[in-house]
Amino acid sequence: MAVTTDTPTDERASTTDEGQSPRKQRRSAANVWFGVIAWVVGIAFFFPVFWMVLTSFKTEADAYTPTPKLFFQPTLEQYEGVFSSGLGPYIANSVAATVLSTLFVLLLGVPAAFALSLRPVKKTSDVLFFFISTKMLPVVAAIVPIYVVVNQIGMLDNIWTLVILYTGMNLPIAVWMMRSFFLEVPGELLEQASIDGAPLWRTLREIVLPIISPGIFATALICVIFAWNEFFFAVNLTAANAGTVPVFLVGFITSEGLYWAQLSAAATIAALPVVLAGWVAQNKLVQGLSFGAVK
Amino acid sequence: MTATVEERSAPPANIGGAAMIDRAEGWRRRAPLLPALVFTIIVTQIPFILTLFYSLQSWNLVRPGSQEFVWFSNYVDVFTDSQFRQVALNTVVMTLGSVLIAVVLGLLLALLLNRQFVGRGVVRTLLITPFLITPVAAALLWRTVLLDPTLGLVNFVLSPFGASGTEWISQFPLASVMAALVWQWTPFMMLLLLAGLQSQPSDQLEAARVDGASAWSVFRELTLPHLRRFIELGVVLGTIYLVNTFDTVYMMTQGGPGVASANLPFYIYQRAFLGFDIGQSAAMGVVVVIITLIAASFALRLLFRSFSGEEELT
Repeated sequence: MAVTTDTPTDERASTTDEGQSPRKQRRSAANVWFGVIAWVVGIAFFFPVFWMVLTSFKTEADAYTPTPKLFFQPTLEQYEGVFSSGLGPYIANSVAATVLSTLFVLLLGVPAAFALSLRPVKKTSDVLFFFISTKMLPVVAAIVPIYVVVNQIGMLDNIWTLVILYTGMNLPIAVWMMRSFFLEVPGELLEQASIDGAPLWRTLREIVLPIISPGIFATALICVIFAWNEFFFAVNLTAANAGTVPVFLVGFITSEGLYWAQLSAAATIAALPVVLAGWVAQNKLVQGLSFGAVK
Repeated sequence: MTATVEERSAPPANIGGAAMIDRAEGWRRRAPLLPALVFTIIVTQIPFILTLFYSLQSWNLVRPGSQEFVWFSNYVDVFTDSQFRQVALNTVVMTLGSVLIAVVLGLLLALLLNRQFVGRGVVRTLLITPFLITPVAAALLWRTVLLDPTLGLVNFVLSPFGASGTEWISQFPLASVMAALVWQWTPFMMLLLLAGLQSQPSDQLEAARVDGASAWSVFRELTLPHLRRFIELGVVLGTIYLVNTFDTVYMMTQGGPGVASANLPFYIYQRAFLGFDIGQSAAMGVVVVIITLIAASFALRLLFRSFSGEEELT
């Protein structure tokens, strides 16, 4: 739709006679307008996030004004308040669950992706099919037995429960994603190395790893995003001991409409690590979420 | 897909390779895969088998010793439960509605971002941010700062149009949840479709323009068919992720009022963790799995086709 507005057919046709440059000028003029629209839309989409960060620096009195305040005396008291109400341990839990599960995903996933790409096992496509199918089963259908089993073995409210579940949750995505990176390694390099008689592990370390390490990094960032944001397992299986940051935020829905500024500070802290990770990984985000189908 | 994988796994011109060596080689190849495979099977498959088993039992956690085998009576209860039907319908509306709106908005944004303009990278970064915000935090933000009837930003912005005082969350609970979901998922669709637009061969477009084709006909006859695969992929992936929506419902509306904005994940959670009815929530879980499997079979076909399509191109 948007494309039609700038260059009606007749204008296009007339400019072709005059040669390249007027058309290009016209197009770049149109692009300026599209640029303006894009900026406006971009800012509109970002605005709630901006407002959240802004509100987190307000006093509660400044946060509750019938006309929203853009200018005010910034304060850090909300951040102090959030930490003094016990956010610290929740952050530690989130970091532990995220970092450990991502490490396990890489430990299990890198060799598996290798075995499904450069030196593929038989029935590779069946195995890939299995991995992806686990992502299509709704977690909600598994929560009841998981709860019962975890309860029976006394692992409720234990950070390792989340680590194991998050590893299982992210491993299929990571395997698919890293496989698509492995497949980008030129086959001749490997053949050359094996002709030269280099052992496999050295080939991997010296040739393959440098090529795919950006891919592994991007995969790790996507696992971090998913693990950090996860809520369903966390809210059902943890409480005061092993609760993660999203679980901490639940406390704010009970304190109905009272602590907007503090809520914004907590939400900002919760969102910040993932937003940063996502900005860094933005070029690989779609590749990860589409299981490597889109590069 | 299958064909390309077989090609790669075929031993390179191995004439008369002994079966013994083949077998040893087979295990050497399999070894790096096995830990991941075994782990995934244990963590993801056993719970589903147990769900199936629990769904045939009458078992309430608050009544110890109440566990007994009842065949399919849980399923009968589920299908005669009118709330369940309402919730199933909500799930379809919430999932497909949010996905389709996000795809359309994402397409428009991708077309914008596919142009050259100053600060394109910055705009893209701004646009993807809603997708990255922790869903729980985003839902809290929508519930309070944005949609609050008296002090919320949305009503403030809309007040010149006479919409002030609208109680979005209680009057339009399902739409409010969907608004938050669309805000979060439009950026993903935009990124996906932008990747699609940028993979379109530019000489083809240039040729069409030189031939005097209008921008609209170029879009309709070249770009849209090229994007079709990406749009399908967006719909499928969005559906897979959004059908599991729990955080947003939990934080914004708690499924209410009544079950007006409850979806299946939230409803099952209520049955299991507030009603402690293990048997029935397991039965609902099985029903959800069956529905999802039907959708997923389309999804898998599409994903595999995307792969084989891409490998043909290279």
